[in-house]
Amino acid sequence: MQRRDAIEKIMESIDDELIVCNIGFPSRELYDIEDRLENFYMIGSMGLASSIGLGLAIAKPEHDVVVIDGDGSLLMNMGSLVTVNACSPRNLTWIVINNGAYGSTGNQETYAKDLNLAEIAGSVGLKSHCFEDIDLKEIIKNDECNFISFECEPGNSSAPIIEFTPIFIKERFMNSLKKIS
Amino acid sequence: MISMDSTEAIYNGLKDAGINFIVSVPCVNLTRLLNLIDEDENITHIPVTREEEGIGLCAGAYLGGMKTAILMQNSGLGNSINALKSLTELYEFPLIMIMSHRGTEGESICGQVPMGQSTPRILEAMDFNFFKPETPEKAYESVVKSWELSEELKKPVSILLEIKYW
Repeated sequence: MQRRDAIEKIMESIDDELIVCNIGFPSRELYDIEDRLENFYMIGSMGLASSIGLGLAIAKPEHDVVVIDGDGSLLMNMGSLVTVNACSPRNLTWIVINNGAYGSTGNQETYAKDLNLAEIAGSVGLKSHCFEDIDLKEIIKNDECNFISFECEPGNSSAPIIEFTPIFIKERFMNSLKKIS
Repeated sequence: MISMDSTEAIYNGLKDAGINFIVSVPCVNLTRLLNLIDEDENITHIPVTREEEGIGLCAGAYLGGMKTAILMQNSGLGNSINALKSLTELYEFPLIMIMSHRGTEGESICGQVPMGQSTPRILEAMDFNFFKPETPEKAYESVVKSWELSEELKKPVSILLEIKYW
Protein backbone atom coordinates (compact mmCIF):
# COMPACT_ATOMS: atom_id res chain seq x y z
CA MET A 1 0.00 0.00 0.00
CA GLN A 2 1.24 3.47 -0.91
CA ARG A 3 0.14 6.92 0.22
CA ARG A 4 -2.55 7.27 -2.43
CA ASP A 5 -4.18 4.01 -1.30
CA ALA A 6 -3.95 5.23 2.29
CA ILE A 7 -5.74 8.47 1.41
CA GLU A 8 -8.40 6.48 -0.44
CA LYS A 9 -8.93 4.38 2.70
CA ILE A 10 -9.18 7.52 4.85
CA MET A 11 -11.72 9.11 2.50
CA GLU A 12 -14.05 6.11 2.89
CA SER A 13 -14.77 7.44 6.39
CA ILE A 14 -15.18 11.11 5.46
CA ASP A 15 -18.55 12.85 5.06
CA ASP A 16 -18.71 16.50 6.12
CA GLU A 17 -15.44 16.65 8.09
CA LEU A 18 -13.03 19.52 7.48
CA ILE A 19 -9.72 18.29 6.08
CA VAL A 20 -6.33 20.00 6.28
CA CYS A 21 -3.95 18.21 3.94
CA ASN A 22 -0.16 18.21 3.86
CA ILE A 23 1.85 19.95 1.13
CA GLY A 24 2.96 18.25 -2.08
CA PHE A 25 1.80 14.84 -3.28
CA PRO A 26 -0.58 14.24 -0.34
CA SER A 27 -2.66 17.28 -1.37
CA ARG A 28 -2.38 16.41 -5.07
CA GLU A 29 -3.54 12.87 -4.42
CA LEU A 30 -6.41 13.96 -2.20
CA TYR A 31 -7.44 16.49 -4.87
CA ASP A 32 -7.37 13.74 -7.50
CA ILE A 33 -9.23 11.19 -5.35
CA GLU A 34 -11.94 13.49 -4.03
CA ASP A 35 -11.83 17.24 -4.40
CA ARG A 36 -14.36 18.76 -2.03
CA LEU A 37 -15.25 22.19 -0.66
CA GLU A 38 -14.13 21.19 2.84
CA ASN A 39 -10.55 20.34 1.75
CA PHE A 40 -7.80 22.80 2.63
CA TYR A 41 -4.77 22.04 0.47
CA MET A 42 -1.37 23.24 1.64
CA ILE A 43 0.76 24.75 -1.11
CA GLY A 44 3.69 25.86 1.09
CA SER A 45 5.00 25.82 4.69
CA MET A 46 5.95 22.16 5.12
CA GLY A 47 5.40 20.88 8.65
CA LEU A 48 2.45 23.04 9.60
CA ALA A 49 -0.53 20.83 8.67
CA SER A 50 -1.15 19.82 12.28
CA SER A 51 -0.76 23.43 13.49
CA ILE A 52 -3.27 24.71 10.93
CA GLY A 53 -5.62 21.87 11.88
CA LEU A 54 -5.23 22.66 15.57
CA GLY A 55 -6.07 26.34 15.08
CA LEU A 56 -9.07 25.39 12.98
CA ALA A 57 -10.30 22.80 15.48
CA ILE A 58 -10.09 25.31 18.33
CA ALA A 59 -11.89 27.98 16.29
CA LYS A 60 -14.63 25.61 15.08
CA PRO A 61 -15.44 23.26 17.98
CA GLU A 62 -18.74 22.24 16.39
CA HIS A 63 -16.97 20.70 13.35
CA ASP A 64 -14.82 17.61 13.14
CA VAL A 65 -11.35 18.38 11.76
CA VAL A 66 -9.12 15.73 10.16
CA VAL A 67 -5.45 16.45 9.42
CA ILE A 68 -3.74 14.32 6.79
CA ASP A 69 -0.04 14.72 7.56
CA GLY A 70 3.19 12.94 6.63
CA ASP A 71 6.15 11.58 8.54
CA GLY A 72 8.69 14.01 7.08
CA SER A 73 6.42 16.91 7.96
CA LEU A 74 5.89 15.64 11.50
CA LEU A 75 9.67 15.44 11.97
CA MET A 76 9.87 19.11 10.94
CA ASN A 77 7.37 20.18 13.62
CA MET A 78 7.73 17.73 16.50
CA GLY A 79 6.76 20.48 18.93
CA SER A 80 3.25 20.24 17.53
CA LEU A 81 2.85 16.91 19.36
CA VAL A 82 3.03 18.62 22.74
CA THR A 83 0.98 21.66 21.73
CA VAL A 84 -1.78 19.50 20.26
CA ASN A 85 -1.71 17.37 23.39
CA ALA A 86 -1.84 20.41 25.69
CA CYS A 87 -4.88 21.76 23.81
CA SER A 88 -6.45 18.38 22.94
CA PRO A 89 -9.51 19.69 21.10
CA ARG A 90 -11.98 16.79 21.10
CA ASN A 91 -12.93 17.45 17.45
CA LEU A 92 -9.39 16.92 16.08
CA THR A 93 -8.10 13.74 14.42
CA TRP A 94 -4.47 13.90 13.30
CA ILE A 95 -3.47 11.17 10.85
CA VAL A 96 0.20 10.82 9.93
CA ILE A 97 0.83 8.70 6.87
CA ASN A 98 4.25 7.19 7.56
CA ASN A 99 5.84 5.99 4.34
CA GLY A 100 9.35 6.60 5.71
CA ALA A 101 10.14 8.94 2.84
CA TYR A 102 10.18 12.54 1.68
CA GLY A 103 7.80 11.58 -1.11
CA SER A 104 7.39 14.87 -2.92
CA THR A 105 11.13 15.48 -3.23
CA GLY A 106 12.10 12.07 -4.63
CA ASN A 107 11.47 9.57 -1.85
CA GLN A 108 14.61 10.19 0.19
CA GLU A 109 14.41 8.18 3.42
CA THR A 110 13.24 9.91 6.61
CA TYR A 111 14.33 9.05 10.16
CA ALA A 112 10.71 8.02 10.77
CA LYS A 113 11.20 4.92 8.65
CA ASP A 114 11.94 2.80 11.71
CA LEU A 115 10.00 4.81 14.27
CA ASN A 116 6.72 3.92 15.90
CA LEU A 117 5.02 7.29 15.60
CA ALA A 118 1.92 6.17 17.53
CA GLU A 119 4.15 5.26 20.46
CA ILE A 120 5.94 8.60 20.30
CA ALA A 121 2.64 10.51 20.20
CA GLY A 122 1.33 8.37 23.04
CA SER A 123 4.42 9.13 25.12
CA VAL A 124 3.57 12.85 25.24
CA GLY A 125 0.01 12.02 26.29
CA LEU A 126 -1.93 11.90 23.04
CA LYS A 127 -4.53 9.19 22.57
CA SER A 128 -2.86 7.31 19.74
CA HIS A 129 -3.63 4.44 17.41
CA CYS A 130 -2.39 2.52 14.39
CA PHE A 131 -4.75 2.83 11.45
CA GLU A 132 -5.03 -0.91 10.93
CA ASP A 133 -6.41 -1.39 14.46
CA ILE A 134 -9.26 1.10 14.35
CA ASP A 135 -12.55 2.09 12.76
CA LEU A 136 -11.63 5.60 11.58
CA LYS A 137 -15.20 6.90 11.64
CA GLU A 138 -15.58 5.87 15.27
CA ILE A 139 -12.34 7.65 16.18
CA ILE A 140 -13.35 10.83 14.35
CA LYS A 141 -16.73 10.87 16.06
CA ASN A 142 -15.56 10.11 19.59
CA ASP A 143 -15.13 13.02 21.97
CA GLU A 144 -11.36 12.93 22.15
CA CYS A 145 -8.35 14.32 20.35
CA ASN A 146 -6.76 11.40 18.47
CA PHE A 147 -3.45 10.70 16.76
CA ILE A 148 -3.28 7.95 14.15
CA SER A 149 -0.22 6.50 12.48
CA PHE A 150 -0.89 4.97 9.05
CA GLU A 151 2.07 2.88 7.86
CA CYS A 152 2.62 2.40 4.15
CA GLU A 153 5.26 2.10 1.45
CA PRO A 154 6.89 5.04 -0.33
CA GLY A 155 5.74 6.02 -3.81
CA ASN A 156 3.79 8.74 -5.59
CA SER A 157 0.89 8.37 -8.00
CA SER A 158 0.49 10.43 -11.16
CA ALA A 159 -1.91 12.87 -9.47
CA PRO A 160 -2.00 16.23 -11.27
CA ILE A 161 -0.83 19.55 -9.87
CA ILE A 162 -3.69 21.39 -8.15
CA GLU A 163 -4.93 24.04 -10.53
CA PHE A 164 -6.46 26.33 -7.88
CA THR A 165 -4.80 29.48 -6.58
CA PRO A 166 -4.10 29.61 -2.83
CA ILE A 167 -6.66 32.42 -2.47
CA PHE A 168 -9.30 30.28 -4.20
CA ILE A 169 -8.51 27.33 -1.91
CA LYS A 170 -8.86 29.57 1.17
CA GLU A 171 -12.05 31.31 0.06
CA ARG A 172 -13.78 28.16 -1.12
CA PHE A 173 -12.97 26.48 2.18
CA MET A 174 -14.18 29.43 4.26
CA ASN A 175 -17.37 29.74 2.20
CA SER A 176 -18.12 26.06 2.77
CA LEU A 177 -17.88 26.72 6.52
CA LYS A 178 -20.43 29.53 6.25
CA LYS A 179 -22.85 27.20 4.51
CA ILE A 180 -22.63 24.33 6.96
CA SER A 181 -22.55 26.39 10.17
CA MET B 1 -8.32 59.22 26.30
CA ILE B 2 -7.47 57.87 29.74
CA SER B 3 -3.76 57.39 30.16
CA MET B 4 -2.46 53.88 29.56
CA ASP B 5 0.80 52.28 30.54
CA SER B 6 2.98 50.51 27.98
CA THR B 7 1.35 47.11 28.49
CA GLU B 8 -2.26 48.34 28.69
CA ALA B 9 -1.77 50.25 25.44
CA ILE B 10 -0.98 47.03 23.55
CA TYR B 11 -3.74 45.07 25.30
CA ASN B 12 -6.37 47.77 24.64
CA GLY B 13 -5.21 48.07 21.05
CA LEU B 14 -5.63 44.32 20.48
CA LYS B 15 -9.06 44.38 22.14
CA ASP B 16 -10.25 47.36 20.11
CA ALA B 17 -8.93 45.76 16.91
CA GLY B 18 -11.20 42.78 17.70
CA ILE B 19 -8.40 40.25 18.19
CA ASN B 20 -9.76 37.10 19.83
CA PHE B 21 -7.08 34.45 19.08
CA ILE B 22 -3.49 34.89 20.25
CA VAL B 23 -0.49 32.57 20.11
CA SER B 24 2.69 33.33 21.99
CA VAL B 25 6.27 32.48 22.77
CA PRO B 26 7.19 34.54 25.85
CA CYS B 27 9.56 37.45 26.37
CA VAL B 28 10.24 38.99 29.78
CA ASN B 29 8.98 42.32 28.43
CA LEU B 30 5.64 40.70 27.47
CA THR B 31 5.03 39.16 30.91
CA ARG B 32 2.27 41.53 32.04
CA LEU B 33 0.63 41.52 28.62
CA LEU B 34 0.54 37.71 28.60
CA ASN B 35 -1.07 37.77 32.06
CA LEU B 36 -3.76 40.22 30.91
CA ILE B 37 -4.51 38.03 27.91
CA ASP B 38 -4.70 34.90 30.03
CA GLU B 39 -7.26 36.58 32.30
CA ASP B 40 -9.44 37.64 29.34
CA GLU B 41 -12.20 35.11 28.75
CA ASN B 42 -12.91 36.50 25.31
CA ILE B 43 -9.42 35.81 23.99
CA THR B 44 -8.23 32.29 23.19
CA HIS B 45 -4.53 32.21 24.10
CA ILE B 46 -2.39 29.29 22.96
CA PRO B 47 1.28 29.22 24.00
CA VAL B 48 3.31 27.44 21.31
CA THR B 49 6.67 25.68 21.28
CA ARG B 50 8.10 27.68 18.39
CA GLU B 51 6.89 30.78 16.57
CA GLU B 52 6.55 29.05 13.20
CA GLU B 53 4.06 26.66 14.75
CA GLY B 54 2.09 29.68 15.97
CA ILE B 55 1.88 31.05 12.43
CA GLY B 56 0.21 27.76 11.42
CA LEU B 57 -2.24 27.98 14.33
CA CYS B 58 -3.16 31.54 13.39
CA ALA B 59 -3.85 30.49 9.79
CA GLY B 60 -6.15 27.70 10.96
CA ALA B 61 -7.95 29.92 13.45
CA TYR B 62 -8.51 32.56 10.76
CA LEU B 63 -10.00 29.88 8.49
CA GLY B 64 -12.38 29.23 11.39
CA GLY B 65 -13.39 32.89 11.59
CA MET B 66 -11.11 34.30 14.30
CA LYS B 67 -8.99 37.45 14.34
CA THR B 68 -5.41 36.52 15.12
CA ALA B 69 -2.19 37.88 16.57
CA ILE B 70 1.19 36.46 17.59
CA LEU B 71 3.17 37.74 20.58
CA MET B 72 6.89 37.00 20.53
CA GLN B 73 10.45 38.25 20.65
CA ASN B 74 11.93 39.46 17.39
CA SER B 75 14.04 36.27 17.43
CA GLY B 76 10.78 34.49 16.59
CA LEU B 77 10.63 36.37 13.31
CA GLY B 78 13.72 34.43 12.26
CA ASN B 79 12.06 31.19 13.29
CA SER B 80 9.00 31.83 11.14
CA ILE B 81 10.10 33.56 7.95
CA ASN B 82 9.16 30.76 5.57
CA ALA B 83 5.73 30.24 7.14
CA LEU B 84 5.04 33.98 6.99
CA LYS B 85 5.78 33.93 3.26
CA SER B 86 4.59 30.49 2.13
CA LEU B 87 1.48 30.37 4.30
CA THR B 88 0.41 33.78 5.65
CA GLU B 89 1.27 35.86 2.59
CA LEU B 90 0.61 33.15 0.01
CA TYR B 91 -2.98 32.65 1.16
CA GLU B 92 -3.43 36.30 2.22
CA PHE B 93 -4.16 35.60 5.87
CA PRO B 94 -4.26 38.83 7.91
CA LEU B 95 -2.14 38.76 11.09
CA ILE B 96 -0.85 41.16 13.74
CA MET B 97 2.66 40.46 15.03
CA ILE B 98 3.50 42.06 18.38
CA MET B 99 7.25 41.82 18.79
CA SER B 100 9.38 42.61 21.78
CA HIS B 101 12.34 44.08 19.92
CA ARG B 102 15.41 42.95 21.82
CA GLY B 103 18.97 43.90 20.99
CA THR B 104 17.99 47.56 20.93
CA GLU B 105 19.20 50.47 23.11
CA GLY B 106 19.57 49.30 26.73
CA GLU B 107 20.02 45.58 25.90
CA SER B 108 22.05 43.72 28.51
CA ILE B 109 22.35 40.38 26.69
CA CYS B 110 24.86 40.45 23.84
CA GLY B 111 23.24 37.44 22.20
CA GLN B 112 20.19 39.55 21.36
CA VAL B 113 22.11 42.18 19.42
CA PRO B 114 22.79 40.64 15.97
CA MET B 115 19.17 39.60 15.35
CA GLY B 116 17.90 42.80 16.95
CA GLN B 117 19.94 44.96 14.61
CA SER B 118 18.80 43.08 11.53
CA THR B 119 15.12 42.76 12.44
CA PRO B 120 13.81 45.98 10.79
CA ARG B 121 15.77 45.26 7.63
CA ILE B 122 14.48 41.68 7.53
CA LEU B 123 10.91 43.00 7.68
CA GLU B 124 11.74 45.49 4.92
CA ALA B 125 13.20 42.71 2.77
CA MET B 126 10.01 40.72 3.33
CA ASP B 127 7.94 43.72 2.19
CA PHE B 128 6.04 43.69 5.48
CA ASN B 129 4.81 46.92 7.06
CA PHE B 130 5.81 47.63 10.64
CA PHE B 131 5.38 50.31 13.28
CA LYS B 132 7.97 51.34 15.88
CA PRO B 133 5.88 53.25 18.43
CA GLU B 134 7.77 55.06 21.18
CA THR B 135 4.90 55.92 23.50
CA PRO B 136 1.85 54.02 24.76
CA GLU B 137 -0.43 56.41 22.87
CA LYS B 138 1.33 55.76 19.57
CA ALA B 139 1.45 52.02 20.31
CA TYR B 140 -2.30 51.90 20.94
CA GLU B 141 -2.98 53.75 17.68
CA SER B 142 -0.67 51.42 15.73
CA VAL B 143 -2.09 48.20 17.14
CA VAL B 144 -5.71 49.22 16.78
CA LYS B 145 -5.37 49.94 13.08
CA SER B 146 -3.08 46.99 12.28
CA TRP B 147 -5.79 44.39 11.69
CA GLU B 148 -7.57 46.40 9.05
CA LEU B 149 -4.25 47.44 7.53
CA SER B 150 -3.22 43.79 7.36
CA GLU B 151 -6.48 42.87 5.62
CA GLU B 152 -5.98 45.71 3.18
CA LEU B 153 -2.29 44.96 2.44
CA LYS B 154 -2.93 41.19 2.46
CA LYS B 155 0.20 40.72 4.57
CA PRO B 156 1.10 40.56 8.26
CA VAL B 157 1.61 43.89 10.04
CA SER B 158 4.17 44.12 12.87
CA ILE B 159 4.56 46.30 15.93
CA LEU B 160 8.20 46.49 17.08
CA LEU B 161 8.50 47.41 20.73
CA GLU B 162 12.05 48.39 21.63
CA ILE B 163 13.47 47.99 25.13
CA LYS B 164 13.09 51.70 25.89
CA TYR B 165 9.36 51.54 25.02
CA TRP B 166 8.60 49.56 28.19
